Amino acid sequence: MPEIIMNGMKLNPADNTTILDAARAAGIKIPTLCFLEGKTPLGACRVCIVEIEGSQALSASCCTPVRQGMVIHTNSLRVRNARRMIVELLLSEHEGDCQYCDRSEDCELKKLANELGIRAPKYTGEKTGSKIDDTTPAIIRDSGKCIKCRRCVTVCNAVQNVGAIFPQGRGFETTISPAFAAGLDSVACVQCGQCTAVCPVGAIIERDHTKGVWAALDDPKKHVVVQTAPAIRASLGEAFDLPPGTLVTGRMVTALRHMGFDAIFDTNFTADLTIIEEGNELLKRLKTVLVDGGEAALPQFTSCSPGWIKFAEYFYPEFLPNISTCKSPQQMFGALAKTYYAEKKGINPEDVIVVSVMPCTAKKYECQREEMYDSGYQDVDYVLTTRELGRMIKQAGLNFIELPESEMDAPLGMSSGAADIFANTGGVMEAALRTVYEVVTGRPLPMENLHVTPLTTLEGVKTASLKIEGAVPDWSFLEGVEVRVAVAHGLDNASRLLETIKDGKENFHFVEVMTCPGGCIGGGGQPRYTTDEIRKARIEAIFKEDEGKALRKSHDNPAIIQIYEEFLGQPLGEKSHHLLHTCYQKREKVLQ
Amino acid sequence: MKATVESKTFNDFSKNQHQEMSSTDVIHILDNIINEYSGTEGALIPVLQSAQNMLGYLPKYVMIHISERLGIPYSEVTGVVSFYSYFSTIPRGRHVIRVCLGTACYVRGGKEVLEALEKELSIRVGETTEDRQFSLEIGRCFGACGLAPVVMVGDDVHQRVKPAKIKELLKQYEGAGNE
Ligand code: SF4
Ligand code: SF4
Ligand code: SF4
Ligand code: FES
Repeated sequence: MPEIIMNGMKLNPADNTTILDAARAAGIKIPTLCFLEGKTPLGACRVCIVEIEGSQALSASCCTPVRQGMVIHTNSLRVRNARRMIVELLLSEHEGDCQYCDRSEDCELKKLANELGIRAPKYTGEKTGSKIDDTTPAIIRDSGKCIKCRRCVTVCNAVQNVGAIFPQGRGFETTISPAFAAGLDSVACVQCGQCTAVCPVGAIIERDHTKGVWAALDDPKKHVVVQTAPAIRASLGEAFDLPPGTLVTGRMVTALRHMGFDAIFDTNFTADLTIIEEGNELLKRLKTVLVDGGEAALPQFTSCSPGWIKFAEYFYPEFLPNISTCKSPQQMFGALAKTYYAEKKGINPEDVIVVSVMPCTAKKYECQREEMYDSGYQDVDYVLTTRELGRMIKQAGLNFIELPESEMDAPLGMSSGAADIFANTGGVMEAALRTVYEVVTGRPLPMENLHVTPLTTLEGVKTASLKIEGAVPDWSFLEGVEVRVAVAHGLDNASRLLETIKDGKENFHFVEVMTCPGGCIGGGGQPRYTTDEIRKARIEAIFKEDEGKALRKSHDNPAIIQIYEEFLGQPLGEKSHHLLHTCYQKREKVLQ
Repeated sequence: MKATVESKTFNDFSKNQHQEMSSTDVIHILDNIINEYSGTEGALIPVLQSAQNMLGYLPKYVMIHISERLGIPYSEVTGVVSFYSYFSTIPRGRHVIRVCLGTACYVRGGKEVLEALEKELSIRVGETTEDRQFSLEIGRCFGACGLAPVVMVGDDVHQRVKPAKIKELLKQYEGAGNE
């Protein structure tokens, strides 16, 4: 352990740490723009510079390792002046007006300029000019605001293995964008929004749906229902500076009522429904292969994450038959709201507006896919990210923190704890096992607190197996079968898993893939900035919500039993097939 | 007045070939090149270079194919292509006009000649006429400074070119085949 002196303090950071890490561990703040937690530092922006005694130039702390005896000043006048100059130069090329900007609330550049005491433009240089890319349903890019930090490039390439954006051109003309600075629709972008979650400024943001939602709420003819995804309740509080991991389910429901929604429902309901449909689909595939000697694609992959679906359509079309045909819970909800619910309420489905609140930007893309009109209308009309809902609650003039708690409406607001955990990586798998194991053996999943602990970590690829013992007669063919499952989150991890399956190195029965690191709790539409620590806090909150529920398994949800009795009939039946299931299409990666 | 300099450059030679090459042929040759590099790091730039040498420029389908075969995202391939001015994605015209702007040519009216060419062809430097007859480029010194300003059309060297004579000069090439 080297000994260093930082700002006059003696420190003993671990070997191989950078100056930045050592400073952070000691409670010293060094601003960063291009640095991304857990990724190889680029050293591009240089706002993290520090002074090291005995060395002429200032050094970028994010990529300079500590060495024995270093004497470091992180905030000397020289450092502050140099840092200010760097930010002033960035601002001289920056094309944006904070008061009109989506990021005005949490922009890192604006905050930095403010902290450094920059009060007037210093350099008036040539600006690169602003080019707006609104070619895709979920993501809007504004090149004029881009400070070329390349965080989005790192995320899109290293975390998501998509590679939709990359620096194009050279020198002053460089843009951080899809091929030849064209629109995102010209390349294979999966709309995950991880770029919007890491961009320090307003250069990549989600497409705004708040205006459409306000207009619908204002229209007396419209019956506006809202569904909230499981992950929102564990993160929305952060938009109001509550500590990460604060559960705000009850306050969120009250806020939505104040905003004027006619019914407040839960994507959890259709998460439970997904387990019934997807669990039956898995059992059917297993039966086809093991008993009937027929053919069915195994492993079965989960289908709730639209970014993953689009990723498979571009990069792994050979696995499309393996993906469960179940629509995502968001889309199941939309299809049912405009059929089952509208019928029950005696409302013309044309007047029903379905709004989703999602931790995800890809859901904005998903809701306008051509397959998602099975109710006869666009099943889901608007998708708000967690961030957008936070903003709308502020616009509604509500003091969120002080709101009383209230409950969701029946029947589409009722759910089990199994639905809550859809928010976490490994959660869909655990929820499915809770039901499938019990259906097959007649006994509850033999695990403490019903948690499949090996699947709950932030490890990129996780596996588990479970031996079926004491199967009930209907499922006796599964007796003694070792059910093997795998879970991946983040598309780079998913790619690694897919490659091992493709090479035949590993075999599984069921595989969960989530587009975003950590699962939906780490979604591209969540409050910024999501670190692993925050992921863990949200995951814990979700488990708390699950454990606090009277019902923990999807098949126990009475509203689910009711919808099969009243409307759907059988799992995988005719109605389900029409409303709850879908199909996928191979896509060309580059627009010709 | 015509004077032939050296031999044809490899680029021009293969460009001629390209005009008879179908995209299937191109992909076939490209695949052989890529196979030679299979498994090596940093194959992208040499593969792009070979492709450009073969075709004179990098058409989109070639870049897409390289991206697929090397498993490198298309945006990264184009990022590299647009970083190096060596690479071109625009097919060049039948006749490439290079105007020397070396000191001697510049002083003796090279710039005016260039402007006249731009005006006459209605294109700017780096562009190609719509009928794909002419591309306009700036050349390095051709070593004919004594006879500046110098303009090369393909492999022909034209010396002491005057802006007023541009029309006449171009006439020789209009409709003419590949020299
Ligand atoms: S990106 Fe930041 S600095 Fe730029 S206009 Fe938006 S809020 Fe202001
Ligand atoms: S939305 Fe996802 S895939 Fe698209 S550019 Fe952003 S990070 Fe890449
Ligand atoms: S878009 Fe945002 S994250 Fe990407 S380089 Fe520009 S400023 Fe950085
Ligand atoms: S954060 Fe260190 S160089 Fe950008």
